[in-house]
Amino acid sequence: MKHDEVLKEYSEKLSPALLQEIAASVPANIAKEKLIKILEEAAGLYSRAKINAGECVGLVGAESIGEPGTQMTLNTFHLAGVAEMNVTTGLPRIIEIFDCQKEIKTPMMEVFLKAPHNTIDKVKKFAAALKETLFGELVSEYSLNIYEQTLTLKINETLMKDYGFTDIKELAKLLKTKSKGFISETKDYLIIFTQKDKGGENLKEMYGLKEKLKVVKIKGIKGVKQVLPVKRGEEYIILTSGTNLKDILQLSEVDATRTYGNDLREVYEVLGIEAARQAIINEVYKVMEAQGLNIDIRHIMLVADIMCASGAVKGITRYGVVSEKASVLARASFETPIKHLINAALEGEVDRLTSVVENVMINQPVPLGTGLPGLVTKMK
Amino acid sequence: MRHQVNEKIESITFGIFSPKQIVAASTAKVVTPELYDREGYPVDGGLMDLRLGVIDPGLRCKTCGQKLKECPGHFGYIELARPVIHIHFVKQILDLLKLTCKSCARVLIPDENLKKYFGILEKVGREEGFEARRKKIKAIVNKYKVKEKCPHCNTAQDKIKLDKPYTVYENEVRLSPIEIRARLEKISNDDLETFGFKSGNFRPEWLIITVMQIPPVTMRPSITLESGERSEDDLTHKLGDIVRINQRLFENINAGAPEVIIEDLWDLLQYHITTFFNNEVPQLPPARHRGGQILKTLATRISSKDGRIRHNLAGKRTDFSARTVISPDPLISLNEVGVPFSMAMVLTVPERVTEWNIEYLKKYIANGSKVYPGANYTLKSDGRRKTITEETKAEILEELEPGFIVERHLIDGDIALFNRQPSLHRMSMMCHRVKVLPGMTFRLNPAVCNPYNADFDGDEMNLHIPQTEEARAEAQVLMLVETQIISPRYGLSVVGCIQDGITGNYLLTKELVLTRNEAVDLLYSSGVDDLSALPNKEKIDGKEVFSVLLPEDFNFVGKDKSGNDVKIVNGQLKSGCMDKANLGQESGLMLRNIYEKYGPTFTSGLLGKISKLGITVLSRRGFSIGLADMDLEEGANEEIKEVIAKAEEEVNQLINSYNQGKLESLPGRTVAETLELRILESLNKARNKSGTIAMKQVRDSAALIMAKCGARGNPLNIAQMTAIVGQQALRGKRIESGYRSRTLPYFKPNDLSPKARGFIKSNFKEGLKPHEFFFGAMTGRDALMDTALRTPKSGYLYRRLSNAMQDLKVEYDGTVRDASRKIVQFLYGEDGLDVSKTENGALDIKKIIQQVLGAK
Repeated sequence: MKHDEVLKEYSEKLSPALLQEIAASVPANIAKEKLIKILEEAAGLYSRAKINAGECVGLVGAESIGEPGTQMTLNTFHLAGVAEMNVTTGLPRIIEIFDCQKEIKTPMMEVFLKAPHNTIDKVKKFAAALKETLFGELVSEYSLNIYEQTLTLKINETLMKDYGFTDIKELAKLLKTKSKGFISETKDYLIIFTQKDKGGENLKEMYGLKEKLKVVKIKGIKGVKQVLPVKRGEEYIILTSGTNLKDILQLSEVDATRTYGNDLREVYEVLGIEAARQAIINEVYKVMEAQGLNIDIRHIMLVADIMCASGAVKGITRYGVVSEKASVLARASFETPIKHLINAALEGEVDRLTSVVENVMINQPVPLGTGLPGLVTKMK
Repeated sequence: MRHQVNEKIESITFGIFSPKQIVAASTAKVVTPELYDREGYPVDGGLMDLRLGVIDPGLRCKTCGQKLKECPGHFGYIELARPVIHIHFVKQILDLLKLTCKSCARVLIPDENLKKYFGILEKVGREEGFEARRKKIKAIVNKYKVKEKCPHCNTAQDKIKLDKPYTVYENEVRLSPIEIRARLEKISNDDLETFGFKSGNFRPEWLIITVMQIPPVTMRPSITLESGERSEDDLTHKLGDIVRINQRLFENINAGAPEVIIEDLWDLLQYHITTFFNNEVPQLPPARHRGGQILKTLATRISSKDGRIRHNLAGKRTDFSARTVISPDPLISLNEVGVPFSMAMVLTVPERVTEWNIEYLKKYIANGSKVYPGANYTLKSDGRRKTITEETKAEILEELEPGFIVERHLIDGDIALFNRQPSLHRMSMMCHRVKVLPGMTFRLNPAVCNPYNADFDGDEMNLHIPQTEEARAEAQVLMLVETQIISPRYGLSVVGCIQDGITGNYLLTKELVLTRNEAVDLLYSSGVDDLSALPNKEKIDGKEVFSVLLPEDFNFVGKDKSGNDVKIVNGQLKSGCMDKANLGQESGLMLRNIYEKYGPTFTSGLLGKISKLGITVLSRRGFSIGLADMDLEEGANEEIKEVIAKAEEEVNQLINSYNQGKLESLPGRTVAETLELRILESLNKARNKSGTIAMKQVRDSAALIMAKCGARGNPLNIAQMTAIVGQQALRGKRIESGYRSRTLPYFKPNDLSPKARGFIKSNFKEGLKPHEFFFGAMTGRDALMDTALRTPKSGYLYRRLSNAMQDLKVEYDGTVRDASRKIVQFLYGEDGLDVSKTENGALDIKKIIQQVLGAK
């Protein structure tokens, strides 16, 4: 654009987003004076709308998220659409996110595929390959021969072929690591296990083997319990229930730039803290939007930032964000006051009274807003 | 003013008292469990010793000489016959014992490695806190523990075990507090630093109590019952036990009693002191009153919601406040609050006498406290207070001079804070101007109901009268209703016309044509006195009447609720009608624009006028609803029935194919789930379809008008009344079998038809069938449960959020930081904008561009 220089001059006075918007919406052949006038007025508008120093943005943010909480539904049912994954929404999901719980109720991923792979047939096939299949699903019959001390497994033929195994030997190979101490033979669609050193009462071990074999992963990606190919816009994507970002992102067909999971801890571990912050913002905003609640994104950003400020994702609980506060009294006023007071005494902690509650407690002005500025005067 | 504060507390240091400090800080040594002598006078050396403070009127404190309420109370002490472990330090004591040598009392880490670990520990302590450090040092020592020998003196270490709550065993032999104390004494200051204790102010042997502090009587006052009997505080009871057992222990030791008896008494003393600090120790039976009631001792007093911290320190009570039922008054202005006379005569405002106001303050004093507007007290320049009564009136009037303070009754225009719980918002507490009115309730303009989330079904609200000039100024500038119109949550108006205010304006701007007389009458009674803007003609259009309120240079283009264009050119409403989209709360786009251009005061005034106009229009025109409003036109009923019948047919086919096993399942679902989904889908479609038919066919009635303009009700409500109630959903599904394979005994088992699974074919006007009513009640109860369970959950979430974020603020450099000045955001919200100064979170750049480009 020909007025790039003019725009550049205002990069201090305007936010990048606003500059971009102006650049995009003015006609390209605009006269310089007019552009300057627009920029000047926009800069005025921007500076008037800037936040005041001392504004207690934290509390306003907490209010903005906490107040509509009362209007959210508790029900966790899925969207009205026919072909969608079941996802936790509403208040339980918000609590889940802010608590930063280790195990979320409905982990899921949206797997995007790269261009040649995102047609319906390929997606369907790929999806089937993703799904975690356990050996137990293929077995149609277990028989434990007590006399001969053998375990015979009958494999479902059609299922086996459905899952892309042509030879039973392939299957038997997969089981090897889990069946140490046993010898396996294959015959037709049977796999027979016999104990290496016979003798003694080893029934229990035989039985244990059966249980162990049941959960051997023979195919797919660990943790992906269900797959559902759906259409998103022009392309097809895969919704999965159960997450495993680390493995999914390594697949060459997967478009790693768009694929995403809803398990915050996993996002943090796989993609890092900035990704986790963005995930918190996205997830919270999604829930709020689905509930029809209008909340400005800045409030959610602030919560996400405070959860991630220390470099690791911390929940808004007494073990997380609150435990990081410098002030003893602020921590004590939240939960488990005795513990905090005792530890403070042992450690010889000093409370500098820099935050809100402590000052409320001792009847002093709070260092926020109008309580922030002080007056220095020379005494005669 | 009255209490000038010249000093500020800068910091509070926490620590542990040494026995010496306890004795030095005490005023009395308690030696006897007796409280009062025969005359009821506190015993010297007893727990209610006069040196510990006074709680009886008329007595003076022997320490500070002050009277009741003036004396803050003073600590005392008792000397324990045998030392006792402090229950809250048990873990620390145990750690210290485990991690130090039993003979040389050094840390069980070899000297050559100590330095290296010290650095690591310091880092852990700094970054993760005290407790993490404790865990770390345990882990380090455990690494060396394998040898089980002290690296310094080579003594074999024994296993130390804690028998909860407070008994320590070493190799199955009990360690007495005396022995423990002896070991802790030997630990050097250097080693303590390894543990993270700052030397100088801390010695581990202080964790064992040898001398115990007795809290002042002022924190455990006794109550005198009606019968004249004294009932002592729980703490006093507990202290009584401690002193008594301690005395007995002393006597037994001195008398040389057998070791068993002494041990028993010692244990008892330990128990009493433990429960004195914390009566909720998991492994101990709590100490009880004679009646079996559990004593409330120190820890109980501090913790939990009703504890000292959350109940008395973080939350405080105020004088000059009032609470009563609220009722609506659309005729007072938006920022006013109606206060009953009876309250205005009790709540007072202190006003300093000057030469300029002395005359009118004299009038108040002359009126006295029983006539409104009067005054209740005067304060002389020296701070002495005088009550104004019939007798003192003349005298006070005589001596009144500038510098006095008169506490006069509340009058119109005074500043007050108005609040409704739960205070989830900053808009839950706003500043109003007082308007003293007859009656017994607070009156408020219905337009401000929304920010308070108030209605008039018996809600009560609180009123506070700020007492200082600073408080009033701050309230007026920061909290006045008009400054709070734009919500900081989403940058749109939270105050707007409601109900009749919207309906009236909708009708006015949509269809009414008035005679000039009517128009003048209408405007005048809604508070407009400048009628020059009214066009000079016989028949005046409703839009023109509305336009009179708008400022002349106001331009606005927008949409109304039904999507039509609304155009205001130079203060004239050209097209479109005024409805919820432009006047209502949480949207109010026109109002938002007016606020932007003309500021808060003008907006609130205009809003008041618009609201009043709407109400007056309705009362002039007449507006009421009745059963006939729900009538459908000929033929509509049949049409709806047809739609439903079709849907039912569809569902039946689905069920049939399901029963025959022909239904194909959707990906990722079972066949049964697929059936449910598809049934729900087609039934919902049918309901929506019949809803639209109904909306089209309903006669143009009052109920419909209200739904259309967004004043009350929505199309769904109308459809449910006139056409069909629809499918009742329980937890997102159709109603499932409550009896064995059926929902009600009325149906056949395994009936999957719409009727048997909560589809309500009737409408509210006709009335529901019994089974339909029952299904309706089921979902109704589910909704009630949902609300009841949600409130505490979201309340807790809110509490946690606000606790975590309360000290985040924008610094002068634009960064967002917490109380320890750690940066959380470099620029608030990534662009530094205040949400309440934006329009729904964004700035309207397009408008500027248009203005500049348009002015060619």
